[in-house]
Amino acid sequence: MAGLSLMIGASDMNLGAVFRGEGDDALILLASRIPRTLAIILTGASMAISGLIFQMLTRNKFVEPSTAGTAESAGLGLLIAVALFPTTSLMVKMVIAALCAIAGTLLFLKILDRLPPREPLLVPLVGLMLGGVIGAIGTFFAYQLDLLQYLGIWTTGEFSGVLRGRYELLWLTGGLAVIGYLFADRFSIMGMGRDVSITLGLNYRTVMWTGLIIVSVTTAVVVVTVGAIPFLGLIVPNIVSRIMGDNLRAAVPWAASLGAGALLLCDIIGRVIRQPYEIPIGTIFGVIGSMIFLYLLLGRQSHAVR
Amino acid sequence: MIKISHVSHQIAGASILNDVSLMIPRGGITALIGPNGAGKSTLLSLIARLTPLQGGQITVDGADVTTTPTDALARRLSILRQDNSVAARLTVADLVGFGRYPHHKGRPTAEDHAHVEKALEMMGLHPLSGRFLDELSGGQRQRAFVAMVLAQDTDYVLLDEPLNNLDMKHARQMMERLKEAARVSGKSFVIVVHDINFAAAYADLIVALKDGRLHSLGTPEEIVNRPCLRDVFELDIAVETVGGHPFALHQIAPEPLVES
Repeated sequence: MAGLSLMIGASDMNLGAVFRGEGDDALILLASRIPRTLAIILTGASMAISGLIFQMLTRNKFVEPSTAGTAESAGLGLLIAVALFPTTSLMVKMVIAALCAIAGTLLFLKILDRLPPREPLLVPLVGLMLGGVIGAIGTFFAYQLDLLQYLGIWTTGEFSGVLRGRYELLWLTGGLAVIGYLFADRFSIMGMGRDVSITLGLNYRTVMWTGLIIVSVTTAVVVVTVGAIPFLGLIVPNIVSRIMGDNLRAAVPWAASLGAGALLLCDIIGRVIRQPYEIPIGTIFGVIGSMIFLYLLLGRQSHAVR
Repeated sequence: MIKISHVSHQIAGASILNDVSLMIPRGGITALIGPNGAGKSTLLSLIARLTPLQGGQITVDGADVTTTPTDALARRLSILRQDNSVAARLTVADLVGFGRYPHHKGRPTAEDHAHVEKALEMMGLHPLSGRFLDELSGGQRQRAFVAMVLAQDTDYVLLDEPLNNLDMKHARQMMERLKEAARVSGKSFVIVVHDINFAAAYADLIVALKDGRLHSLGTPEEIVNRPCLRDVFELDIAVETVGGHPFALHQIAPEPLVES
């Protein structure tokens, strides 16, 4: 599957070069095609890893940034940043969005503590509700401040605006993904619960915070640069978990390749289907993703939950 | 030696443990017995720092469990709790391998692999090592968890009902292998058992708890006898001697004692 993802990556660039850069324009390739492909790979891989880590931390297979309020919190944070400090750099806006994403995720984890542990489906429902509430607050302020169209852009990911100089922040998610991989054993142990973690001498709080920050900052960067891609962090880890199991040392590279591959595929579909116009990748993935999500929910008798 | 001094514990205002002081010697098998709700599991959790101490002190070979760094303690003491519902999809080999984490911190060496092999072997798990936990029976899963704790290779191993879900063959086998490990490598096992006869046959020391207090402590002969059991469990149980061990016939009501 890693090979498949690479192939898609390659063919995507060929295809792109062929039907976009008719006059074999190297500038298009360098300024648009390569950044776009890199952005997609970084986003897909890091969002998939974030989902995987998030699911280990919460011990719930249905949790990911868009079912836990993280993505909405990041959007709200970005809105606050744009409203209060419209002239600051993208970096500062990203930091504010990341802080809001951390706060929102923390709130979600606090609520999680009070939910009955035997009701795994309650968790994403509560997360979606929390996301809805935070999203509604965001919409209200966006409406008041005439920023609604921005909010639309942040909540539906798409890569058509990715050019050289506008995606480099995404390398940060690549770095976070590497940290996630280095911590893989610790997150796997967290997935076995608090008692096992303590028995094995893990500093439970430190690992929890590390994971929280990786997930929140990755989400914030993605929201700020390309916009949220719902369900990616949910579907990819679940597929990997079914095939590979939850030993993250082995699962992280697979999730990364599959995440990048799936996103590349959706991007190609989005570009081809209504040529020369584009359908945002978030929409494509949202449609395909929600169908797979429903399938996982309905067909969960085997491995999706305990 | 595990030294427990004046430990009291409350959960939601209800007293679970009340001023418990005792010493668990190094080496051998110590069995914790007592009726439901006597505080056995809570005591194990407190020793293994899974639950923060509210009152009193617990030391393991002199190291205070509340102040010793958790990763240092993880190389001295391990625990397996009663309820092990792991949602993560792991293979048996993965799970047992994680038992070595306190030693290798993510970089397993040949020695770590050897320990994992030994633990798998001890629990008879080799044929199952590539299977996922959710594809195993309850008893097989239980053995996998015990193997994980054994792979951690600590001087002290606390097991809360390790015989849960095990059939007769595997239950006896597990007790024999724990006994063997205690004899050969000088490990100390502290075990909560419900079947008093396993305690009588394999334990070197039996600790009886009742209503959150230390009731009595002694050799199997000193504890597993009719008067003592009646006092601990509030149940009249006939005790015979089989193969040199006291054997409680707890399933059936005994003939009334004839006072002579």
